[in-house]
Amino acid sequence: MSAPIDTAPHDDDVSGDGGEGRPLLRLRHLSTDIALRRGTVHALDDVNLEVRPGETLGIVGESGSGKTMTALSVMGLLPSGGSVVGGQILFEGRDLRSLPPDEVRRIRGVRMGMVFQDPLTSLNPTMRIGTQVAEPLRVHEGVGKAEARERAIEMLRRVGMPRADKIVDDYPHRLSGGMRQRAVIAMALICSPRLLIADEPTTALDVTTQRQILELIDDLREEFGMAVILVTHDLGVIAGRAERVAVMYAGRVVETAPTARLFRSPRHRYTEALMESLPESATRESGARERLYSIPGLPPDLSRPLNGCRFAPRCRFAAPECRTTEVTLSAGEHGYACLHPVTATTAAASVRTVAARPSAPEAASETGSETDSEAILSVRDLVKDYGATTGGLLRRTSGRVSAVAGVSFEVRPGETFGLVGESGCGKSTVGRLAVGLESPTGGRIVLDGTDIATLDRRERRRMRRQVQLMFQDSYAAMNPRMRVDAILAEPLEIQQVGDASARRARVTALLDQVGLSRRVLERYPHEFSGGQLQRLGLARALALRPRLIVGDEPVSALDVSIQAQVLNLMRDLQRELGLAYVFISHDLSVVDYMSDRIGVMYLGKLVEVGPAHDVVRAARHPYTQALIDAVPSADPGLAASRESVTIRGELPSALNPPTGCRFRTRCPIAEGICETEPPLAGDLHQVACHFPLRPESRTAAAPTG
Amino acid sequence: MTTPAETTGMSEGTSPGPGDADDTPVRGLWRQGVEVFCENRLALVGLAMFVLLAAVCFLGPLFYHTDQVHTDLAAVHLPPGTDGHPLGTDGVGYDQLGRLMLGGQTSIIVGLAAGILATVVGTVWGAVAGFAGGWVDAAMMRLVDAMMSIPSLFLFMLLAAIVTPSVSMLILIIGAFAWLGPARLVRGEALSLRSREYIQAMRSMGGTGGRAVRRHIIPNAIGTVIVNATFQVADAILYVAYLSFLGLGVPPPAANWGGMLSDGLADTFSGHWWLLYPPGIAIILIVLAFNFIGDGLRDAFEVRLRRR
Repeated sequence: MSAPIDTAPHDDDVSGDGGEGRPLLRLRHLSTDIALRRGTVHALDDVNLEVRPGETLGIVGESGSGKTMTALSVMGLLPSGGSVVGGQILFEGRDLRSLPPDEVRRIRGVRMGMVFQDPLTSLNPTMRIGTQVAEPLRVHEGVGKAEARERAIEMLRRVGMPRADKIVDDYPHRLSGGMRQRAVIAMALICSPRLLIADEPTTALDVTTQRQILELIDDLREEFGMAVILVTHDLGVIAGRAERVAVMYAGRVVETAPTARLFRSPRHRYTEALMESLPESATRESGARERLYSIPGLPPDLSRPLNGCRFAPRCRFAAPECRTTEVTLSAGEHGYACLHPVTATTAAASVRTVAARPSAPEAASETGSETDSEAILSVRDLVKDYGATTGGLLRRTSGRVSAVAGVSFEVRPGETFGLVGESGCGKSTVGRLAVGLESPTGGRIVLDGTDIATLDRRERRRMRRQVQLMFQDSYAAMNPRMRVDAILAEPLEIQQVGDASARRARVTALLDQVGLSRRVLERYPHEFSGGQLQRLGLARALALRPRLIVGDEPVSALDVSIQAQVLNLMRDLQRELGLAYVFISHDLSVVDYMSDRIGVMYLGKLVEVGPAHDVVRAARHPYTQALIDAVPSADPGLAASRESVTIRGELPSALNPPTGCRFRTRCPIAEGICETEPPLAGDLHQVACHFPLRPESRTAAAPTG
Repeated sequence: MTTPAETTGMSEGTSPGPGDADDTPVRGLWRQGVEVFCENRLALVGLAMFVLLAAVCFLGPLFYHTDQVHTDLAAVHLPPGTDGHPLGTDGVGYDQLGRLMLGGQTSIIVGLAAGILATVVGTVWGAVAGFAGGWVDAAMMRLVDAMMSIPSLFLFMLLAAIVTPSVSMLILIIGAFAWLGPARLVRGEALSLRSREYIQAMRSMGGTGGRAVRRHIIPNAIGTVIVNATFQVADAILYVAYLSFLGLGVPPPAANWGGMLSDGLADTFSGHWWLLYPPGIAIILIVLAFNFIGDGLRDAFEVRLRRR
């Protein structure tokens, strides 16, 4: 492997004794290999990092960058076949690799704590919460049962668990995702560790819950005086929470700097490109959306020998020497491994200051000019209930889950309607109803002027051509045993469009449209990367020349740079083919970037509808505002300056939704009148609230007034 | 169209990665499956064992001529190695090696045919029940449950006593009861497959249930089905052995391994070990061979094993 000449930064403080300067954890030239069936993957190659006591280090990177492997190497939790093959893991000055196993086990068990991504799978479903939280105490400190329980309750209180003395005896399935993550954090903290490693602690959670958990970790860090390593793919999460950031790419740290400095002036070309790929970077300045920068290609295969800068093959500024010269992290507070770093002058262009936000007349005029054209999709008072059944032999319907409760909106040709909300709000159900995968309990779906309910089966099948669905996980949405040519031709076969040769021609044309080579025709879905699969999914959705595509979280599973590729493609095709999109996502910044108009859903109801720019920047519903405030922004200044409408608590059950305004149970400004249902009121920027945060803005009202 | 930079980035594969489809040679699922199968040593051993046994049974008689029709009471119970009888002779003077070949033919034919019959019937039954769901599923599966609750050996004996056992009859009898297993298996598979997103994708394009079963459910259940088929074959060979052992197999002079084993057992205490061990070992070998092959096929059909 390419162990370069030792130019590791700050070799001076390795012998420092105690004090602030001495790092709590220090990784020196750490290399980790994972042996797989087909060769060895060099997951980490010469990683140098340090964490000082009491600070939060953010490790950010795309999937496969080695950020999780770094955390797992420190904790000794590498997957089978994985092993640390070189370097040192210095914890409080002692190398974990050279200590006896018993000692290492104690250090990892007591002095370190780890929080994993998925709180569901990191809790044992057959053990009571209290027993699990106190397990480290019983193992490492030999504490008795009664005392362990007491301390578990105490710890659960400290992580903000309501009714801790009750929950301590509950099983994990009784808890919501956010509560489970609190329990996992309590478990990690029960031995008062010096270091907490949080690996994507909030990725599986909704934004409002994410915010609560991140704040909790912050508070606990101060309270316990511990250091935190926050591993995430989300630049926004890092920006608001970490003191220092390490950016990883292809198993190496490519840049490390204090957070504010990194976001203000990234030096490595990869970091720069990553930030430009963020949808919010293209929407922030004005209402008009620029094209996102997308990093071409894919990350390198780490099982092959690599030379030079690993980002060079995808870098805009790569020079020949980039591909041959090994680059090491430069010394100093702001270290970067780049031969042609972003200089001060070029950086100025990419600095994203919080510009005074213009009220974007162009955004309003865009939507205003289309008011006359007839809607391609019109949804009126859509209702969808699911019968909730009790288990057992005789399935009694015990209640009705109200998934969608009276949703109305319109999508005009060529327009993107964004549907945003947290999980369980019914946004996906609306999408499924629109494409006809579910039939509504009530309300009307009018497609291109025809009420779907009035059609017979054959007509309805033909109608399907007009609306197509794009899935979040295209791999799951493609038959793994069918080749690409069969997958893309399937909609044509079903709808009996053309003969075999016409279908073949259409399939190749589709591949050209989504930017895939024709050689992929004979491949199977598992041979593609996530971004390519989304392209294929889009190609299949386009096969019948629909006028509307419903995208259900179409980019949520993708890395930022790949997400930018797919978003750009979707916008290009929209312009080219005059498509309309219903863009469903939990990610407000993506919806903001893509949509002309946005609808915000909460618990089956549309609480706010309006032009994207107005909804995001001048929200009228308290829920929308809370949602906006909870979204972590990749701008440390903005993240810190936010005064916030914070919502506490958990999403109520859709089995017995609150009467009246469904948000009133968590609303900071709710009053008695909120028990009656507020209508969706307003001209263009509608809101369903008795006490809208602000009046309809002038730009939105102007076209009608 | 997308920008040139982006298009070339994707199609030229500037940075080949593990998921980058464009720079690895195109290989079919079959080819990859064969590779995975070949990585499983035991499966290869199983395949070799089966090929060898089948070759000996079906091709052996062409080179090794014996009279398996006329008894020869002058040459009964000859020990192995006596002139021209490498494995000796049995109680009525048939050459034991030649008889082993003849019996093997019956066992393999009945085993394969009954196994395949059971698999086909069971797959169709299970796929229809699983995909249809509701009361159709309930009715179809209750029938399976009811038949499964009857001890099959008892039924075999009853049936074999009513009808005259012949090779085709044996196939039908064994097949008629062995399909219950695959039916349950495939029904479970179909139940989980029908809620997959690719079925939903197909439905959102306007596809019908028939298409779902034909193009999506059966191809995706085929792995389970084929693996189960190998176990069915092994089971059927054992069933033939059971029946023959109980004296309900094909009547002489036809032979099969189970029948030979049963005859050999009667001679256990006369010291005629060559009548007992060869058919017993042959049964063990062929059942093992099919089980090994089944194991290998399970790997070969597991798509996840091929993803890297």
